[in-house]
Amino acid sequence: MSDVICPGDEDELSAALAQAASEKRPLEIIGGGSKRDVGRPVQTAGRLSTEKLTGVTLYEPNELVIGAMAGTPLREIEKALAKNKQHLAFEPIDLGPLLGERPGQGSIGAVFATNLSGSRRIQVGGARDHLLGVRAVNGLGELFKSGGRVMKNVTGVDLCRGLSGSWGTLAVMSEVTMKVLPCPEATRTLLLRGLTDEVAVGAMCAAMGSPFELSATAHLHASCAAAMGMEGLARKGQTVTALRLENFASFLDYRAGRLGEKLSAFGKIAELDDEQSKDFWNAMRVLKFFDGGEGAVWRISVGPNKGAKLVAALSAHLDCRAVYDWSGGLIWVEVAPSRDAGATEVRRSIAEFGGHATLIRADAPVRAGLEVFQALDPAVATLTKRIKDSFDPAGILNPGRMYSDI
Amino acid sequence: MSSLAIPEPDAQILDRRDEIVRELRRIVPQRDCVVADEDGRRAFETDALTAYRQMPLAAVLPTTTEQISEVLKYCHRNKIKVVARGAGTSLCGGAMPLQDSIVVGVSKMNRVLDVSYENRTARLQTGITNLGISTHVTPDGFFYAPDPSSQLACTLAGNLAMNSGGAHCLKYGVTTNNVLGVKMVLMDGTIIEIGGEELDSPGYDLLGLIVGSEGQFGIITEATVRILRAAEGARPMLMGFDSVASAGDCVAGIIGSGIIPVAIEFMDKPAVRVCEEFAKAGYPLDVEALLIVEVEGSEEEIENLLARVTRIAKKFKPSVIRISQSPEESAAIWLGRKSAFGAIGRISDYYCMDGVIPLGRLAEVLVEISKICDRYGLQVSNIFHAGDGNLHPLILYNANDPVQVEKAEECGAEVLKLCVEVGGCLTGEHGVGIEKRDLMPFQYTQTDLIQQMRIKDVFDPDWLLNPAKVFPLEARTYQ
Ligand SMILES: Cc1cc2nc3c(=O)[nH]c(=O)nc-3n(C[C@H](O)[C@H](O)[C@H](O)COP(=O)(O)OP(=O)(O)OC[C@H]3O[C@@H](n4cnc5c(N)ncnc54)[C@H](O)[C@@H]3O)c2cc1C
Repeated sequence: MSDVICPGDEDELSAALAQAASEKRPLEIIGGGSKRDVGRPVQTAGRLSTEKLTGVTLYEPNELVIGAMAGTPLREIEKALAKNKQHLAFEPIDLGPLLGERPGQGSIGAVFATNLSGSRRIQVGGARDHLLGVRAVNGLGELFKSGGRVMKNVTGVDLCRGLSGSWGTLAVMSEVTMKVLPCPEATRTLLLRGLTDEVAVGAMCAAMGSPFELSATAHLHASCAAAMGMEGLARKGQTVTALRLENFASFLDYRAGRLGEKLSAFGKIAELDDEQSKDFWNAMRVLKFFDGGEGAVWRISVGPNKGAKLVAALSAHLDCRAVYDWSGGLIWVEVAPSRDAGATEVRRSIAEFGGHATLIRADAPVRAGLEVFQALDPAVATLTKRIKDSFDPAGILNPGRMYSDI
Repeated sequence: MSSLAIPEPDAQILDRRDEIVRELRRIVPQRDCVVADEDGRRAFETDALTAYRQMPLAAVLPTTTEQISEVLKYCHRNKIKVVARGAGTSLCGGAMPLQDSIVVGVSKMNRVLDVSYENRTARLQTGITNLGISTHVTPDGFFYAPDPSSQLACTLAGNLAMNSGGAHCLKYGVTTNNVLGVKMVLMDGTIIEIGGEELDSPGYDLLGLIVGSEGQFGIITEATVRILRAAEGARPMLMGFDSVASAGDCVAGIIGSGIIPVAIEFMDKPAVRVCEEFAKAGYPLDVEALLIVEVEGSEEEIENLLARVTRIAKKFKPSVIRISQSPEESAAIWLGRKSAFGAIGRISDYYCMDGVIPLGRLAEVLVEISKICDRYGLQVSNIFHAGDGNLHPLILYNANDPVQVEKAEECGAEVLKLCVEVGGCLTGEHGVGIEKRDLMPFQYTQTDLIQQMRIKDVFDPDWLLNPAKVFPLEARTYQ
């Protein structure tokens, strides 16, 4: 394996990237390395890791803000926050276990670079919505900042959002500042069993459209519910639909009761208590529902009310199982291994129902041979390429990771 | 306010005015859609930063995205500058035209295109007013969250361009957190669509770059926004304090306690007096600072939350605590707050600042702002979104007195620099526009600004869209 450059501070990071740019030497950019196997395989001789850029740089619990160097492990941030009963409300998902790694290896910079947001997306926003400020070095070795540490900021072009989800292809973040929120005092989860996908999405949308502030809704195919490994959760052959309420404990009796009434037409309602709820949603965070599976995994983002139709269309051609999050707007699909990981069918159904799909798990040769991220509309692709050039004209940062030309 | 440099207009373009108007009329032939007479154009020469005025060549109010695309193609070919406009309520001169520019207004494109209560989204033409969106979905129990005080007049277009906020953004986020997609026309006429009803879009977060781009990247004609189910009920309470500092500390106390109310608004004594006169909201007049805290939920939850807030507030010794007793009283409390700028505008000219500071510095910064204004011999009144540290000091001055005008501008700049010094920023929701353009180097290094300007270059390589705004004029020489 090639040499890994591990800058210890921003100056070293700038110098390393300036040198790589002058030598036109492309680099693979990694944080904790937990998501290396996502995207198109990057074939560079050199690698740069943020693993030595670590440490919490700012934490003001009373102002709901924390800052850290980009290579800081996510679990360290979460540990610091937990001491004050706070958390990153977008509960970033951890792809590690799905990709055969240990959980908890991800760095905080990568959380934003991949914008992988968890089940609270609808209620509190995604990773990108919690990024307040960033310091980063572009592909010319220039250190720049955007945003800051305050809750509102519209000063100039919003590069925080610009860097979110750019998978290390625009700049290497050195430090991030983010918004934190108090942990809810209590959690309860209502369960419905045996619903078809279509009906389940209807139940999730109805719940989300109620005034009871659901913080997450998910629907799991029967084998996925079984893979969650929670006693009493799965019943043979039955899907599980889960609806999460979080708030002060004293509010939840009322809310769970009212929501139950509203959803009574959907069937008998069971419940997970506080502890079981936490276990369930933590398992969702590590995509435990695909434990033991060997197939290719897709992440599909679609208008919630189209999700079930999309999966039905896919199932007509592919052997697959699915888990719906975000009230049906985010679907994780596992398909049986094949030469194209089911890409033809996935892309065909996206063309019919809208949305976009990313191939999250497949062998490198498969990923090298197809579009892992959704192909962009030509006008948007042109802008995308020019944005890449504006940050990284020499093309040294994760070349080809998202699209072959950026 | 007059000290900001405005580039010399291009004489050749000025000379071609008649031809330009003719061409605009050919592209947009409907009646009343091209405004070329002097009286008509006067309506477009400024926005809510009235000290700066420039008469545009013409204003065109297209009725379709395709017309906007044709107008921009024509302007692009002929190197004519274009300033997009919604309702013209910008407080930073963002919608002010230049003499050698045309104005493209979206006010005639104000339809609701589609609402999905299942997906909780609405697709709209951007000329719709902010309040118009909520009004459309209120009968079904939904609302659009970002609620600038100007919501009766301002358009979704302006909100998207400025990434506007409002009182209820403490809980629900600002515009960028509530938009899922846009249709936008680039300066060369290309129509692009980004996002839609999904909760994220493929590729780079272009939507995030476009929201808040102040009319610099393209003209947004349609958008998909999130709509939310309204809570079962909401109720505000008033808390009066004998000092600005205790009110400030109380805000930090509430936020730090783990309760995030829907809104925490702050008014100081001069503001309270004027707003009370205007709205008869029953604000206590003998306090130095007043907080409006709103919570929502079921009846029982509201009582519980108000009791929690009261318990925390008591530590900071409020002189008055009053919980609204009726929907009428709640409406009056909010009317007072939402009409605050207007009410103050009736008694004096004012210059509205929009800096943001870390919450922990609130009390200290408010004291420092009074000192700065004292030094300039100007009165200041503070009304703002306290929960997120977004200050709106209103510096009162006489617009007919050139000395005061200059002082107000200098005083404002000092206040904003203070915000940056304590770790905050120049603008939390009103935008940079022309007003804060020259202050950008206090917050950003040249490298920071260059990276931002490179994005401007991507979207608008000739810099024809909304020129002379956001970036200091000399900064562009980086190329
Ligand atoms: C009394 C008062 C109270 C206010 N309160 C608040 C508040 O609480 N919160 C807040 O955030 N702001 C507030 N504002 C500021 C202002 O209302 C907002 O900035 C608003 O979003 C502007 O909307 P507009 O339709 O008036 O836009 P305009 O003023 O017409 O334009 C604003 C900017 O948007 C650009 N633009 C307009 N249309 C388009 C388009 N279609 N595509 C691309 N760019 C476009 C313009 O070029 C300009 O740069 C207040 C203003 C006033 C006068």
